[in-house]
Amino acid sequence: MNLSFDFSFYSWDLVSNFILKGLYFSVMLTLVATLGGIFFGTLLAMMRLSGRKWLIVPATIYVDGMRSIPLVMVILWFFLLVPLLIGAPIGAEASATVTFIAFEAAYFSEIMRAGIQSIPRGQVFAGQALGMTYGQNMRLIVLPQAFRNMLPVLLTQTIILFQDTSLVYAIGAYDMLKGFEVAGKNYGRPIEAFIAAAVVYFVICYSLSWLVKRLHKKIAIIH
Amino acid sequence: MAWDWQMFCEDTLDRTVREGCFGKDGDITYLDWMLSAWGWTVSVSLLALLLALVAGVVIGTIRTLPDSKWTVRFGNAWVEVFRNIPLLVQIFLWYHVVPAIFPAMKSMSGFVLVVLALGFFTSARIAEQVRSGIQALPRGQRHAGMAVGFTTWQTYRYVLLPNAFRIIIPPLTSETMNIFKNSSVAFAVSVTELTMFAMQAQEETGRGVEVYLAVTGLYIVSAFTINRIMTFVEKRVRVPGLAAPGAAGGH
Repeated sequence: MNLSFDFSFYSWDLVSNFILKGLYFSVMLTLVATLGGIFFGTLLAMMRLSGRKWLIVPATIYVDGMRSIPLVMVILWFFLLVPLLIGAPIGAEASATVTFIAFEAAYFSEIMRAGIQSIPRGQVFAGQALGMTYGQNMRLIVLPQAFRNMLPVLLTQTIILFQDTSLVYAIGAYDMLKGFEVAGKNYGRPIEAFIAAAVVYFVICYSLSWLVKRLHKKIAIIH
Repeated sequence: MAWDWQMFCEDTLDRTVREGCFGKDGDITYLDWMLSAWGWTVSVSLLALLLALVAGVVIGTIRTLPDSKWTVRFGNAWVEVFRNIPLLVQIFLWYHVVPAIFPAMKSMSGFVLVVLALGFFTSARIAEQVRSGIQALPRGQRHAGMAVGFTTWQTYRYVLLPNAFRIIIPPLTSETMNIFKNSSVAFAVSVTELTMFAMQAQEETGRGVEVYLAVTGLYIVSAFTINRIMTFVEKRVRVPGLAAPGAAGGH
């Protein structure tokens, strides 16, 4: 173990050779999983609020099941099962993407459920009185307001999601943390590498949560 | 694909099936291994929970002290640091970086380091709940404490904290369940808890589905048990007539 701290470890070479590729994957995974997770999460939330048992039961089992298992286990499960189901090997990166969409859908569905429930029933009745179908009511009245009310919570969940992408370490996908780890190994400087990883994650997550806080103050609807 | 649950009865070294499914004379079967892994998961989680509660209550409380800017700042910094770095990165920091700074920690096992990492990580989240719990109390309670001549310490000890704890039991329940889930990250530093067992047994036996199903089942059983225990605690400590609205559940 080297005793002295080596600042020359931090160089453009480090960034361009090891970090950028990983950062790109981490960010893309976060964006894809957020969009996919919100889409399927909204569907799950609508199922749970549909009042029809055959929709409520499977959605509830899915959401509660996902939320009681560690994400690492879910990542391992998909890495094992997806190739078995589609009959072809699948890369760690592709597997991680599918996993995060499926996993985050459960968490986003809870947020969207709260968002939909935050809309006063009278608005739905008003829509029905105007002759709107269920789909029109959801699309034009309920969901736009639910999204607006829940936007800060959705964004906070996205920051947590970004932190969680580091867990793809379990299946060896190349994300930002992996980039730092590989660089630390190659140069024999794990200490410098992990400190840098912590600083970069902190700066990204702290700035984002600061922005979310400001946004929250700005868009809060006064009741 | 056929099930093969018998693999749990196999010896981990020579892969022969043992009678009664448990190993004898120091040999262990996969079932033995899995149960001990569950034990590690429970130990890591409970110790980390203890640390997180102590640190979280202290940090959360000092963030609400009147007229003490610096403790508030320290508490806020604590929460931001532990909340904005991924848990896995924090575990690597405890494993690689902290022992280099404090040589005395070099001899610490991965188990202790994971407990520290998970405990401090969770302390930030508990501190946040304790703070909002205290701040959710009516101001009159603090003033009443002062009016009867309590010191700040006594006001917290006898008035604010007992009430705040009851408010935050539901979020503490989900935080306890989170600790069990988050303990899975210990696989990264080779603590042989459930997730580590799942990865290694899957590799050795090739029976991934059976291994993962069993491990997932144990995680669900753990989560369910905590939920029951905390619901029980919540009922026991409830102040009659002061039940927080909608406090049931707590997922």
